[in-house]
Amino acid sequence: MNILVCISHVPDTTAKINFTADGSALDPSGVQFVINPYDEFGLTKALHIKEAQGATITVLNVGGPETEPTLRKALAIGADQAVRINATPTDAITVAKSIKNHIQANAYDLIICGQESIDYNGQEVPAMVAAFLDLPFVNACVGLDINGGSATAKAEIDGGHASYSCSLPMVVGGKKGLVEEKDLRIPNMRGIMTARTKPLAVEEAEGGGHTAAVSFAKPAAKSAVKLVPADQVNELVRLLHEESKSI
Amino acid sequence: MIVVFVESWNNQFKKASFEAVSYARSWANTAGCGVRAITSASAENASQLAQYGADEIATLELAQTGAGIGAQLAGLVGDAQGVVVAGTAMGKIIAPTLAALTSGALSTNTTGTPKSTSPVVVERGAFSSKGIETISLNSGLPIISFVPNAIGIKEEAGAGVMTSVEASGADKLTTNDVSVASGKVALPEAEIVVSAGRGLKGPENWGMIEELADVLGAATACSKPVSDIGWRPHSEHVGQTGIQVNPNLYIAVGISGAIQHLAGVSASKTIVAINTDPEAPFFKAADYGIVGDAFEVVPQLIEELRAFKAAN
Ligand SMILES: Cc1cc2nc3c(=O)[nH]c(=O)nc-3n(C[C@H](O)[C@H](O)[C@H](O)COP(=O)(O)OP(=O)(O)OC[C@H]3O[C@@H](n4cnc5c(N)ncnc54)[C@H](O)[C@@H]3O)c2cc1C
Repeated sequence: MNILVCISHVPDTTAKINFTADGSALDPSGVQFVINPYDEFGLTKALHIKEAQGATITVLNVGGPETEPTLRKALAIGADQAVRINATPTDAITVAKSIKNHIQANAYDLIICGQESIDYNGQEVPAMVAAFLDLPFVNACVGLDINGGSATAKAEIDGGHASYSCSLPMVVGGKKGLVEEKDLRIPNMRGIMTARTKPLAVEEAEGGGHTAAVSFAKPAAKSAVKLVPADQVNELVRLLHEESKSI
Repeated sequence: MIVVFVESWNNQFKKASFEAVSYARSWANTAGCGVRAITSASAENASQLAQYGADEIATLELAQTGAGIGAQLAGLVGDAQGVVVAGTAMGKIIAPTLAALTSGALSTNTTGTPKSTSPVVVERGAFSSKGIETISLNSGLPIISFVPNAIGIKEEAGAGVMTSVEASGADKLTTNDVSVASGKVALPEAEIVVSAGRGLKGPENWGMIEELADVLGAATACSKPVSDIGWRPHSEHVGQTGIQVNPNLYIAVGISGAIQHLAGVSASKTIVAINTDPEAPFFKAADYGIVGDAFEVVPQLIEELRAFKAAN
C-alpha cells in the first residue's frame, strides 16, 4: 500500500503573527515553523496503517527549501521518503495542481491531507486534489478503516456525523479523531538519526496562479475589558442588551 | 449573473442559506447583474428565496455529498460572473471542488462582501484570525465561500422566477449513515455560543452550561482539553485546531484564554469572560468580564436572563 501524506509548514500555534512593513506578506522573523497540527493526525494514521498491514509512506510539501526541516521531522516521526515540490505556495489551486501532477506520476492508494492549514486557513487543497483526480473525498475525517481495496470513513458534518464507504484510492482531509491526540507520534533519537539518510526528492511545481494576496493586516485591537462585579450579574445582562446589542 | 448555491437539508434551509442569497444580492448589486439561486429544496419552499434577492430560482435533484454537488454545479455555472457558497461543512467541500473543476479563483473564509468587482477583491481571515488577508480573484470564475454570520441576512426583493434544471454527475461516496442532533443550534452558524473549559471541573457540571445556552438559544462549545479528556464531544472543540466561530456573542466560562483558543474565537463580535482568576488572559480579549466563580455566576446569569427574556 502506498500512502501519500501532504504536510503543510506553518507557524507554531503560539506564534505572534506580524506582517512585513509593506503588508505584503507574513514576517517570518522570530516565528517557529512546525508540521501543521491537522497533518500530524494524518501522519500518525498512516503509521498505524503501515504497522497494521504494511505500507510505504511518502510525505509531500509544496514549498521552498526552508520547509525541508519540517519534512525531515516527518521522516523522523516515521515516514519512509519525502518530496518537496519547489514553489512558494501562494495559491491553493496551483498547489493542488502540483500535488495532482505528483500523484499522477506515482501510484498512491491513499492520499491524506489535513483538513486545513493553520496559516492561510483555506480548506481548499484536499478537495481540489480529489476533484482534479476524480477520486472520492472525505473532509473533516475523524475515523478511517481500510479493508483491502476499500475504506469506510467517519466525517464531521454540521451538527453531527456521517459515515461513508468508497473504493481506494481516495483523498482524506483529516483532523483530530483520525487518531487520538494521545497517540500522536513525536520523533525519537533513532528516528532523527535515520531521517538524515532517508530520500528527500525535489520536484518541479506547476506555475501560474488564479488569486493573489493584495495585503495583510492585523485585526484592530480590542478596547479594555469592562469588568462587572460578580454580584451584579443583572448589569451584565443590561450591557449585553443596551450597549453591545448582543441579546 | 451571480450564482448562489443554497444549501438545504431534508428540504430545510439553514440560516447560512439565506445569508448566502443576501451575499450574492450584495455582490450582484455592485456588479450590476442578477442573482440565480440553485437549490435542491422543493420549488414551494425555494420560492421564499426571492425575499433575499434571488431573481431566478432553479430547483433540481442534487447529489448527497459536497464533492458530488460541487461536480454537478460545475456543469451549471457556465455563464456566471461569480459564485457564492456559504462556508458550512458542506460548503467547504463544494467551493474548492467547483473551483478545481471550473479552473476558478476561490476565496474561502471570506469575511466581507467584495470591495471591488473587476477583479473581485475581498477580505478573508488568515492565521486563525490573527490576520486579515485582502485577496484578489484574478483569473477564472470568481468563487466566494463566506464565513457564516459574516454579513447577516438582509431582506431585499428579487424577481423570483422559478425554473427547474437537471444536473449530471454523481457521488463517489456511498453514504452509510448520517446522524445529526435535532433541535440543537449548529456551532459554526450560531449567533450566540456558550463555551466552557477546564474550570468547570468535570462533565457532570455541564448542566448549567446547557441551560444557559438554552435560555439564549445558543450553541455549546468547549476548550480543547475538555474534549481531549472526553468531558465533551470533539465536535464542540473550538479554537485554532478546532471549529472557528464568529458569533455575535461568545460567552467563555472557566476558560483561561490560551492563544490557541483565542485564535478560533476572537472574531466574535462581543466576548464575555467569566473566570475566577483576574489575571486570566481571556480578560485581555473580552469586551465584558466577571471575575468570579462559575458555579455562582452562571446560575445567577441564567436567572437574570430568564427575567430579561420574560420582560422583553
Ligand atoms: C498545538 C496546539 C493546539 C491547540 N489548539 C487549541 C484549540 O484549538 N482550542 C483550545 O481551546 N485550546 C487549544 N490548545 C490548548 C491551549 O493551549 C490551552 O491549553 C487550553 O485552551 C486551555 O483550556 P482551558 O482554558 O479549558 O483550561 P485551563 O488553561 O486549565 O484553564 C481553566 C481556567 O478556568 C478557570 N477556573 C477554574 N475554576 C473556575 C471556576 N470555578 N469558575 C470560573 N473559572 C474557573 C481558571 O482560572 C483557568 O483560567 C492547543 C495547544 C496546542 C499546543
